[in-house]
This record gives sequence, C-alpha cells and structure tokens, in this order.
Amino acid sequence: MNARSLVVVSAGLSQPSSTRLLADRLAAATLDRLSALDAPTTVEVIELRDLAHDITNNLLTGFAAPKLQAALDALSHADGLIAVTPIFTTSYSGLFKSFIDVIEPTALTDLPVLIAATGGTERHSLALDYAVRPLFTYLHTVVVPTAVYAASSDWGSGAAAGGAASGGGGLAARIGRASSELATLVAASDRSSRVLDPFALPAGFSPTGA
Amino acid sequence: MQTHRKESIMQFGIFSVSDVTTDPTTNTTPSEQQRIKDIVTIAQKAEEVGLDVFAIGEHHNPPFFSSSPTTTLAYVAAKTEKLLLSTSTTLITTNDPVKIAEDYAMLQHLADGRVDLMMGRGNTGPVYPWFGQDIRQGIPLAIENYALLHRLWREDYVTWEGKFRTPLQGFQSTPRPLDGVPPFVWHGSIRSPEIAEQAAYYGDGFFANNIFWPKEHYMQLIGYYRSRFEHYGHGTAEQAIVGLGGQAFMAKKSQDAVNQFRPYFDNAPVYGHGPSLEDFTEQTPLTVGSPQQVIDRYAGMREHFGDYQRQLFLMDHAGLPLKTVLEQLDFLGGEVVPVLRKELEVNRPAGISDGPTHASLVAARDAAEAAAAESVVAGAAAASLSDLTESR
Repeated sequence: MNARSLVVVSAGLSQPSSTRLLADRLAAATLDRLSALDAPTTVEVIELRDLAHDITNNLLTGFAAPKLQAALDALSHADGLIAVTPIFTTSYSGLFKSFIDVIEPTALTDLPVLIAATGGTERHSLALDYAVRPLFTYLHTVVVPTAVYAASSDWGSGAAAGGAASGGGGLAARIGRASSELATLVAASDRSSRVLDPFALPAGFSPTGA
Repeated sequence: MQTHRKESIMQFGIFSVSDVTTDPTTNTTPSEQQRIKDIVTIAQKAEEVGLDVFAIGEHHNPPFFSSSPTTTLAYVAAKTEKLLLSTSTTLITTNDPVKIAEDYAMLQHLADGRVDLMMGRGNTGPVYPWFGQDIRQGIPLAIENYALLHRLWREDYVTWEGKFRTPLQGFQSTPRPLDGVPPFVWHGSIRSPEIAEQAAYYGDGFFANNIFWPKEHYMQLIGYYRSRFEHYGHGTAEQAIVGLGGQAFMAKKSQDAVNQFRPYFDNAPVYGHGPSLEDFTEQTPLTVGSPQQVIDRYAGMREHFGDYQRQLFLMDHAGLPLKTVLEQLDFLGGEVVPVLRKELEVNRPAGISDGPTHASLVAARDAAEAAAAESVVAGAAAASLSDLTESR
C-alpha cells in the first residue's frame, strides 16, 4: 500500500496563529501514532489565509485557481483530515466556511476527520459539537469522537489542567486521545489509492430515458 | 438565386448571451429595444466580415432580453444571406419539446436551412418553476424532452407518453423539417457527463462553452464525449462533432486592448469583482491583446481538444457599446478568422467532418439512402438467384 496522505487545514488568520500551533501539535501527534501503527504517512498543510483570494474568486466564478485546485485535489484523495478553525461569533470562521463551500459536496465522503478549534475563552468549546461536527457529518465524513478545543489559557496550563471531570486531562491529553482515534482510521483508509471517475454516470442512466 | 460560396471546413462565428448591462465607463444603460436592434446589427456585421455563424441565448429573466430566439433569428434570416443561425442555448428543460419542434422547423424553412440549435438546461433556479418544472429534474427533463423532439422531427405521426408533458396520440408536428432533414443539434454542457453521453448516443454535436473555466476541465469533458461517440458507432473519436466557445478583446497594440477592456472585465456580471484580468486571461481562454495574440491562442485549441468543427466567440456583453463590438468584429473577421481558417486546415486529417450545414446533412441522408437502396437491390438479386436455385 502507498503512503497514507494526511491533510491539515488551518483557518487561522494571524501569522503566526494559535490555530496553526494547534494544527501542528495535532499533526505531529497523529504522525507519531501512525508510525507506531507502521503506516507511513505524508502530511500536507493548507493555510487558508494563503488561499483567501482564490477562495473568494472561486465563489464568484465557479472555478478554482491552480493553487486552490491543488488543495481541493489533496482533500479528494486524503486518508485523513485535521481541520482547525478559530471560533468567531459562536461558530467556525467565515473563511473556513467559504473554503468548505467550494469543495465538491461528495469530495469528502468517507474521509476520517479530526475537528479542532481555538478561541479566547473555553466558554465557546461546544461550538465544535454544535457547528463544526454537523458540518462534517453533512459532508459524509467520519468525525472522530474527540474534538480538541484550545482556549488561550490552555497554552499555559500543565498536564493536570481540566481534571477528571472534563474527560481526563489538559490539552496534551486531549490531543493524544484525538490523534489516536484519527490515526486508527487513517491507517485503515484506502481513499488515497482510489481512482476517481469524474464521468461516472448515475446508476440506471439512459441517454434516451428509456 | 442565392450564391453559394464554398462551405467552410471549420465554422467561425459569435454567440451572444443577450445581457443588457450598464456601460461602466459612461454609466449608461441601453434600452431593451436598443439592445435588440443592436443585436440585429451585430448579426449583419458578422455576415459582412465573413463569419459563418450567429448564435443567441434564451433567457427568461432580466438583465437578458432574448426570451424568444426564433423571432430574433427569423428577422436576422431575412436580413442576411449566408449566415448560419443558431442558439446558445435553447432551453430543452423548460420549453415544450413540441413547441421547439414547431418553432425551429418553421425557422428552418424561412431561413432556407440556415439553422441549427444548441440544447442547454439553463441554470437559473426560478425559471424552472415559472414554467412549471423543477430544477432538480434538469437532467431527466433534458433527456426526455430531447428524446421526444428527436422523434417529432423524424416520424410523421408520433404516439408518445412520458413523465413531464401530456401524452400524444398520432401527433404530427408541422411544418415538417425542410427537405425531410431536421436541423443539426448541438448539446451544450459545462459539467454534466450525462449530456455528453446524450450527445454521443445520438451522434449529435457537443459544444463546450469554454469561457468561464480553465480549458483543462473542458478537455476532459470533450475527451469523454469523443470516446462515447465512437462507442455508439458514429465514427472514430476524432470524427466526433465538437464546438468550442471563446472570448477575446482586441486592439492593434496589446496594452491598449488591456486598458480598454479592463473596466468592462472588472464590472462584468459573470466574473467582475473577482479575479484580476491577468489571472483570468491566464486561467481561461479569454484573450485580451493584439489580433496576433488571439490567433496564437485559438490556433492552439486543437492541440488540446482535437480537430473540431465550430469556434464561437463571445463579443457583445458586459456593457460594451455597439461601436466597440462592431470594431471587435472587424478585427475578428478581418484579421483573426482568415488566419485561423488557414492554420486549422493544415494537417487536418481526412475523415474529419466539416462544420455541419443543411446541405451537408441532406447530402449525407441521400448517400445513406442510396447505399441502403443498393443493398436492397443486391439483396433482391441474391434472393431471386436463390429462388432459381431452389426451384431447379
């Protein structure tokens, strides 16, 4: 089997961003576990900030410029996705959603996804479960049970932070659990070796309608 | 008596979307009547500068004026002598196929056969319910309606029942097609393999509008149509009937063309306020520059799409004033197309069809009938010989 393909989408707007920081932590942890599972994996990081103009142009013209098309192609053939967005005004950021909107509706079917988000306060952590998770469910992806939210305060907390009541542990523990869940699915995925037929006709199609 | 010039090997022409758009450089908007009169002038100019085809779209919502293409085309037919009249596109989804059969056969007679048409589905959601249909049924409508239209033009009495219109018992569509040969049909599609499949099944033409998206996308779609054309036994993939759209704006000096076109591009209904003119010209077939740049770009199209039959350009849109459009047609007919004709004839393999015309369709029909009659005679001779043998 060829190397698995892991794609990381980061919708952080500042440079550097805590969103990218979280994305990198999740990617590194997932790769560690994949390597333990003996599943060699390549990683491609997509910074949506770099594609912001292309994404808007795609919304207006209906086609993707080459750089954006390369990102969309990577997603179509990925074995796993780590999607990280800042939470703005109670939900995923507008840029993140605009990117999702230019993806073909069936392009992510069966894709294992780890969802994660950053925000100023942990009070918005549930946005992952009421906004981001349904979005990926609609796209027929397989979203792992653990979603990782990092509030500003998480970046200065030790491993014991959060405590047993919040599911056992601080940011590092949550990253570890979510990455394990994703790595298992990525190792089992054959999406990157599938051949896509853009001209597949619907079952039962007849050119005369007969 | 009409003078018939040599038929064009490749057909060149223009297609219009019929938008009424404010000229962003003067902030003036032509009236509907002005645009409608202008389009007739533009069509006449197309003939005058030596183009082969004029095609107009069909829309049922502002800012477009062309709700009734056959009315416009009949008027243009009366004002021209050689120009082939076509559509871009005729809505096969929301029009009654019976009315299409009647309208275009009528036009075919009045225009002495200078008519073909391009089927399209239309992507404006509300138009479907306005005509009692549902956009989610777009493909099934295109398939069923065209299947009926195809029969109405080929069978004198049609008894038919389908999902989308009232059944027909022994219906005859009138007038019958000119010389018993229906107008040639192109199928236009931007992304649906079902429509490419349909065009291939019937051995009809396939047209890729080729103006909004990168050519790579259309190359795949046309490659698919060509392979299916061969699959259905109409000839080799290379012999499939392909049309392409295109888009250009010209001035003697390249930079003048860019400067003159930029405000229209930046404010155009389709791509305005989006990508830069530079990005869009690089990523799509839009070419803004000198006539030679347009020649170079479009002479290269067959490298990507194979030898093809028809090349149409979008020239009147985005609020360009009539005077500018007529100047553009002078460039197109005077400098670009004559060179493209020559270049695209070089190394064109034998067996590749010329652009379809009424005369070529009549000739093909007659040849097929003669061949069939010959095989009947041969069959009869063989049969009588075997009768003799048996009776002995």
